[in-house]
Amino acid sequence: MAKIINLTINGIAVSIEEDKTILEAAEKLNIKIPTLCYHKDLCVAGNCRVCVVEQVGSKKLLAACANPVHEGMEIETNSLIVRNSRKHIIELLLSEHNADCTKCYKNGNCELQELSSEYKITNSDFIDLVPSKNYQIDTLSPSLVKDDSKCIRCQRCVRTCSEIQHLSALSVAHKGDHMKISSFFDKPMNEVVCSNCGQCIIHCPTGALVERNYIEEVWDALADPDLHVVVQTAPAVRVGLGEEFDSYGSRVTGKMVSALKRLGFNSVLDTDFTADLTILEEGTELLTRLKKSIVGKENGVQLPMFTSCSPGWIKFIEHSFPEYLDNLSTCKSPQQMFGALAKTYYAQSRGIESDKIVSVSIMPCTAKKYEADRPEMRDSGYKDVDYVLTTRELAIMIKQAGIEFNNLDDEKFDKLMGNSSGAAVIFGSTGGVMEAALRTAYELVTGREVPFKNLEIIPVRGMKGIKEASVLIENPVDDWKFLDGVELKCAIAHGLENAHQLLTDIKAKKAEYHFVEVMACPGGCLGGGGQPIPTSPEIRAKRMKAIYDEDKDKPIRKSHENPEVAQLYEEFLGKPLGEKSHKLLHTHYTPRDRY
Amino acid sequence: MGKKQLRRMDLIFANDEDFRDILKQTLARPNEEIIEDMISSGLKGRGGAGFPTGLKWKLTAEEKAKNKYIICNADEGEPGTFKDREILTQVSYKVLAGMAVCAKITGAKEGFIYLRGEYKFLVPLLNQELDKFHSACSELGLKFNVKIFMGSGAYICGEESALMESMEGRRGEPRNKPPFPTVKGYRGCPTVINNVETLAHTFTIFKYGPRKFRDLGVQDSRGSKLFSVSGDTPTPGIYELELGMTVQDFVDDFGDGDTKAVQVGGASGFLVPRKRFKETAIGYQGKLTGISLPTGGSMMIYNSSRSMYNVLNNYLDFFQEESCGQCTPCRVGCQQLVKGVDAVKRGDKPTAYLDKLLKLTDTMKFTAKCGLGQSVANSFQSIVENFREEMIY
Ligand SMILES: Cc1cc2nc3c(=O)[nH]c(=O)nc-3n(C[C@H](O)[C@H](O)[C@H](O)COP(=O)(O)O)c2cc1C
Ligand code: SF4
Repeated sequence: MAKIINLTINGIAVSIEEDKTILEAAEKLNIKIPTLCYHKDLCVAGNCRVCVVEQVGSKKLLAACANPVHEGMEIETNSLIVRNSRKHIIELLLSEHNADCTKCYKNGNCELQELSSEYKITNSDFIDLVPSKNYQIDTLSPSLVKDDSKCIRCQRCVRTCSEIQHLSALSVAHKGDHMKISSFFDKPMNEVVCSNCGQCIIHCPTGALVERNYIEEVWDALADPDLHVVVQTAPAVRVGLGEEFDSYGSRVTGKMVSALKRLGFNSVLDTDFTADLTILEEGTELLTRLKKSIVGKENGVQLPMFTSCSPGWIKFIEHSFPEYLDNLSTCKSPQQMFGALAKTYYAQSRGIESDKIVSVSIMPCTAKKYEADRPEMRDSGYKDVDYVLTTRELAIMIKQAGIEFNNLDDEKFDKLMGNSSGAAVIFGSTGGVMEAALRTAYELVTGREVPFKNLEIIPVRGMKGIKEASVLIENPVDDWKFLDGVELKCAIAHGLENAHQLLTDIKAKKAEYHFVEVMACPGGCLGGGGQPIPTSPEIRAKRMKAIYDEDKDKPIRKSHENPEVAQLYEEFLGKPLGEKSHKLLHTHYTPRDRY
Repeated sequence: MGKKQLRRMDLIFANDEDFRDILKQTLARPNEEIIEDMISSGLKGRGGAGFPTGLKWKLTAEEKAKNKYIICNADEGEPGTFKDREILTQVSYKVLAGMAVCAKITGAKEGFIYLRGEYKFLVPLLNQELDKFHSACSELGLKFNVKIFMGSGAYICGEESALMESMEGRRGEPRNKPPFPTVKGYRGCPTVINNVETLAHTFTIFKYGPRKFRDLGVQDSRGSKLFSVSGDTPTPGIYELELGMTVQDFVDDFGDGDTKAVQVGGASGFLVPRKRFKETAIGYQGKLTGISLPTGGSMMIYNSSRSMYNVLNNYLDFFQEESCGQCTPCRVGCQQLVKGVDAVKRGDKPTAYLDKLLKLTDTMKFTAKCGLGQSVANSFQSIVENFREEMIY
């Protein structure tokens, strides 16, 4: 057990383990020390210096986030020298910052603004440094906007991109007054190894990194009476959206549907529907690969098969592990399956001309914006998904429309591509696709339900960075006899750092699997870059719990039991991996440069 | 008042042919004894912070770890100083002997010379010396290997933790301290990092014993030190002088008869105006006022033709550019100081704005992450407080 250290903060005694920081000790006493560069997801940088505190007897102030506690320490967090220094530091940050708050996208959700307001920085007479800077705004990425004039150089994005995502698409360049956060050779973000995951956005304290928003485009479409606007909502949105209305860990599926209807969408549908569809396509694909490899002893069958729902992961593998592109399931993501069907199956069934359909998706993700723009994603003959909005953008629209979200009654998704199983909902969490796939594949192969209580496949759940599980197949039905006795080995990674680790191990043959699920963001989609800000391990854990609760409450828990999916195959697609599926629901990706 | 010649020393550059014997004798002594000698000699780091060298070695020796490292800091980035270069050119074996003894005491197996990029021309010479050194080590049964690591130019990379970051292949940004290098240094292992000159002095202590070293200097500032004398002086150059002299003595010896002020310790040091020459001693804790002696021992002499406004501006420009840029008080503070003194000079800001800037430098001193940002206040405050009218008119 760690040694216990006793100290006082503002005269109040506190005891805490020896490896803890002053900041953590203060938290224990409900004393808030302001921070900017500090983030619970990241390593400590100690560079903004806003958290400085006084150690009685020492002239130098200490950064509370970076200094460990010592026995007998006497800390003051609100002494005159601390307050003056802190104020100076906030003033300095503001002098380098384009403080046009009222015109800023992050107005009202900016940590610098909050601090400035708290400390009433109203009469700073430091010289405005902004005019002397050659600040750039990069708007070329379809996913994010990088505005250097809003940057306070806390390096949260830099640490996020390297520690969580193993990409370092963002890094520090130059020194002194020229120091800035830059991409490789300062290229625009659409030309670098950026995965578009948006993790930098949800870790940015200011408006320096924000999503590229398509709010006005969607309002325009909604206002056009000639257009039929359909909307799909990803599983993780319903457990995050509530946070924008001050309710954490809540499931707001019904209110969300109701709000979308009020916003004027002609049909409110569910990405969960195509998540179920994905399971049928991808599950079949996995079994086909296994068959070819085990029975046919075919070479060139790529195993493990990787999931392909996470567009940040796709972009990452294109850049970093292009030799594994053939291991990716050819399935498009649920968003893109939905888009391709919206302008074909849905259009035909509803008797609407495809070119009159505008397809909008609400995603916990910014990489989905990029994905929708990909040339591969036009198999309907049109752009399959026209606009992708994040959870945050949806909240903005709801507020703009004057909808009292918390007072809404629950409503149900519209029919035809609105029904879904519990297996689809858990796509929003790391391990969810794996669990959903196992529920279906196991049953398909053995004729029995997966051998887990309440269908809860516990080993694939939880926040561990890389998870492994194996399922022994015994007594399969006749079609799948060749799988008898096969132990199906699976792995799950979330966050591209973990994905990198897992792929490195696979490449070094340190680990062998049949099926691997990767999600680009920590916690899976529920921790996506399009989710409400802030994020933290605790917040993500709440969202995760909500997702699994949602699954539990669903009348249907297995993708292959979704009646609307069965109907889709019957009326339109034929069978999984059939000809139409191939045309509309599957694709291939191509290698990219490493820089 | 007659001019007093300062006592010039010749310890560092004296050529000691008996280097192998000294090394052999020293390596044969018990660790505790050597550390005891080092501590009682009073030797303090010559690279900047002035940390007692014996204590640094002792702390690292006490750490339990599989790997430890010894680094010789030869980044010498302070403008106008080149004393470390001279040491490495003339008597690098003394530096290496210091590293070897330190390695024996701490148990380190690997050492590095972090060589300033501009000193690349020294590499062939140093490699020759290293060959000799390594053969001496194996003869003496010491497993210790020293490699040269080339720095890449930034001044901040001379700061020990930024130096280690850069050695590990990252951007040269200072780390949070604690942990200090003695606990977690290069690659997270206990590391002794010493300045070139510090290591050269250790040889003197090995050879002559701690007394001889301790007898030089005053109270908290023992021994001799190399000074790089420049500016308005008829005799610029490198001099080894006993610590503890007053600035007056120094000016009498090196000034041109019209000295207005002396900047002690380079950009991160203090400006001493004429009226303080007598009461200011040069050492770690100047007995008389409390001047520290940072970095390379640069002594910049200004005569009455110099504008102190320009002097300050030069220093501030240097800091504005050489700040690594990571922490707010230093990065933005430096820019505010540069723009601020200019605005006062041009009349765009009232003269009282200087007081706001003085307070700002206090904040920088208390809150900056590393020695660079913390020491901007030294030159700023000593210049603005002593030459306020020159800042305004
Ligand atoms: C901005 C900055 C630059 C520094 N540059 C050097 C340098 O060039 N050479 C050096 O030996 N120490 C330099 N130092 C001091 C080192 O951080 C460290 O204190 C020193 O190498 C320790 O050795 P010593 O104890 O022998 O002095 C610098 C410190 C700072 C803050
Ligand atoms: S004080 Fe300056 S040089 Fe040191 S860490 Fe801060 S910004 Fe970098």
